[in-house]
Amino acid sequence: MPDVLTTPAYRWVGHNPPRKESLEKVTGSAKYLDDLKFEGCLHGKTVRSTVPHGRIKKISFEPGVPWDEFTVVTARDIPGKNVVSLIELDQPFLADGLVRHMAEPVVLLAHPDKGMAEKAVKRVHIEYEELPAILTIEESLAGGNIQYGKDNIFKKYHIQKGDPESVWPKADVVIEGEYWTGPQEQLYIEPQGVVAVASPTGGVTVWGSMQCPFYVHKGLKPLFNLPDDRVRVIYTVTGGGFGGKEEYPTLPAGHAALLSWKAGGRPVKIVYDRMEDMWATTKRHPCKTRVKAAFTKDGKLLALKVDATMDGGAYVTLSTVVLSRGTLHAFGPYACDHVVIDTRAVFTNSPPYGAFRGFGAPQTIFPLELHLHRAACELGIEPHELRRRNLLHQGDRMATGQVMQEETGLEGLMWKAMDESKYLEKTKAYREHNRSSTRIKKGVALALFFHGAGFTGSGEVFLDSKAGLELTRDGAVRILSANTEIGQGSFTTHSQIVAEELRIPYEMVEVAVPDTAVVPNSGPTVASRTCMVVGELLRRAASDLKEVLVKSGALAGNGHTPSEFRAAAGKYLQRFGELKVYSKYKPPPDVSWDDKTYTGSAYAAYAWACYVADLEIDMATYQAQMKDFVAVQEVGRVIHPVIAAGQIEGGVAQAIGWALYEDVALKQGVMQNCQLTNYILPTTADTPPIRVFFYENPYQNGPFGAKGLGELPMDGPAPAIAAAVAFALGDRIIPRIPILPETILDAIS
Amino acid sequence: MSAPAEEKSSFVINGKSWSGAVHPLKRLLDTIREDVGLTGTKEGCGEGECGACTVFLDGQVVMSCMVPTCQAEGKQITTIEGLAENGRLHPMQESFAQEGGAQCGICTPGMIMAAVAYARDPGSAEDMREALAGNLCRCTGYIRIFEAVKKAMAK
Repeated sequence: MPDVLTTPAYRWVGHNPPRKESLEKVTGSAKYLDDLKFEGCLHGKTVRSTVPHGRIKKISFEPGVPWDEFTVVTARDIPGKNVVSLIELDQPFLADGLVRHMAEPVVLLAHPDKGMAEKAVKRVHIEYEELPAILTIEESLAGGNIQYGKDNIFKKYHIQKGDPESVWPKADVVIEGEYWTGPQEQLYIEPQGVVAVASPTGGVTVWGSMQCPFYVHKGLKPLFNLPDDRVRVIYTVTGGGFGGKEEYPTLPAGHAALLSWKAGGRPVKIVYDRMEDMWATTKRHPCKTRVKAAFTKDGKLLALKVDATMDGGAYVTLSTVVLSRGTLHAFGPYACDHVVIDTRAVFTNSPPYGAFRGFGAPQTIFPLELHLHRAACELGIEPHELRRRNLLHQGDRMATGQVMQEETGLEGLMWKAMDESKYLEKTKAYREHNRSSTRIKKGVALALFFHGAGFTGSGEVFLDSKAGLELTRDGAVRILSANTEIGQGSFTTHSQIVAEELRIPYEMVEVAVPDTAVVPNSGPTVASRTCMVVGELLRRAASDLKEVLVKSGALAGNGHTPSEFRAAAGKYLQRFGELKVYSKYKPPPDVSWDDKTYTGSAYAAYAWACYVADLEIDMATYQAQMKDFVAVQEVGRVIHPVIAAGQIEGGVAQAIGWALYEDVALKQGVMQNCQLTNYILPTTADTPPIRVFFYENPYQNGPFGAKGLGELPMDGPAPAIAAAVAFALGDRIIPRIPILPETILDAIS
Repeated sequence: MSAPAEEKSSFVINGKSWSGAVHPLKRLLDTIREDVGLTGTKEGCGEGECGACTVFLDGQVVMSCMVPTCQAEGKQITTIEGLAENGRLHPMQESFAQEGGAQCGICTPGMIMAAVAYARDPGSAEDMREALAGNLCRCTGYIRIFEAVKKAMAK
């Protein structure tokens, strides 16, 4: 049982009822997209570009293939607008004349036989006039080849507090460093998959593996020039997302729908195989960061300057908001009077980089935390002590001007993490060990960090989310929300929240399938917002629903048994036919944000954490191997300790992969190692014991005090691991991840 | 270019005889999913790396994406659907559900099959980590899975 330091006073919140969908998942009866049967279904395939930048000269179809049996779609067949509606309108569903990255969709094929469809892909030949490609951040910023705007820059942010320039000359010590974090593949085990049925008479219906049904809905309307009610998007059980099924599914959904539209409304299924999924879909943004920090000789942080550049790929997609979150996490949980943060996301001819758990924050937390470790080594101060002297406390002002209203509790989290990991004993013992051992070097290090929950700044206000509840015919309650269950347990935690508020058994709460024709738009399932933001909407809806039942006279106002609730619901439905109660997002009263100056409360709530990594490096193979991992965090009220711990453990393992194993080998801007044989995920043998501890400081605007936690565990492990590697190598910093055996070899030779 | 020729194939799956016409080189995974109609066995990578398609073939753990259907001729296959008996969950299924061993669930059927094989014969691997190293999970970090396996084995 995970360790939660709390006293749960609730019947459902803080307990571990069985997950709503676990029976189906352990028996194999859960129906994922590829498990669904559709009569007369065609299999759709995507013919993709094989140059990073070029003009399409000719598309030809090789003889010897029964092309009359195929449905073939190109950009010319699109009935509406050939553009994916997201933040900018720059990405086409199908390249039309110009391709801007490798693996860009150009031609779609569908055939009743899956094998025939697969084989035909290679029989479509696309000739290009190749154009000069931009393959790195440096080439993008060099200015010789401009492919976006005036300067290839999608977006820039600037945050300034005080005047760091005035501090550098006066400081005892100024330390600079440059850091690199590589791309990472989400690698949900269920690949992208959709089925579409589309025709001018019937409209468009799509079933699919996805995080955000309303993103797909928004994307398909202009593609077919259809109004809201003629496009319907239905979630199917989704085998992992991690951001990879946030914005991307709109593309295959559009593709399947275009094929079905042309095939007279026959269902079309598109399921990527692993290689196509890794080759063509989004990855975590690579990021290059320079950090400059000034200290007094006893370790007081006087000034901080962070300059980060993310590679956005060939279309804007979500890069501007990923960059925003990266910017707002770049200064860490420290009090500092003089801070300047400059960030930018740039165009390259790579497939667009996209959403991935952490959403830009891991990329800026890594350089800052590793830089502080470096600074501690150079100043001769223990790394935890350097942190302690600079921690952000209640009343302190962040770089955005946000005054911390709550006590962050960071120092307590740090001591707890150090205690549980035996940090102080280990640092001493490992230094001793490393002096005498030449074969095995040991390292231990920590990282402190925060993660802002919910959309950035005014994002939640723009989302304007709505969620609701309805009474079912048998007197139970059904949740109406667009938020999807992608493994994070949202159907369960939402049900606990509703059951708690209504004082009814958890078993009396059902969850409607997220289907845009049935549920309101409660916003995307992203940004650690589902439990905190949508959960609170549902709690308020539950409170309102109870009030309606009480006011109608059906329910007593002073408590009820489950059967009394059922009877009251039955009575109400008999009289009024139905009861649906919705609630809309209202920003917490003390939260305001200025998008122009990038000042104010960037996030309504933060989760705080200290993680400790413990590892060994075998100096014969240069392989770093995790030995132990301690994750201590404060996430507000923990709704379901087992689910919460599972989120932390899974996120830590994913971050261990990013730090030590997962190397996206790029050539011509696109991934080359598109298989699980050569893209290495952590297995059971690579994952250490991950020991998770929660502190609870209930957040007043979250449901029963909950804050977001899904992305938090992606943030801390990589810098802690890189610092532990530095420890093992005798304070030699390797400023880039992944730290592969080759990376260590290069660094020490 | 045309569809491949099919041949008669028969085997016993989850205790029931099955026969039908499939290409002898069709992946056993596809035959189970498309022809037998049992979709609990999943495809994660199609190259024997992720273990989502793990089934038993005459009691042995195999990755069904790497087995041509002709190799199953006349043999006994067990899939995730064959673990429960008389409507009662297998203890491993029960403990995966209770301990949070299943998150998104796509690796779960294969992971449970590998865990059941290990629980039956713990001597087959050095330890639980080695026994499950051929089954990838991206959600759990494996910790809840270990808890589930330990609990089921203690029953």
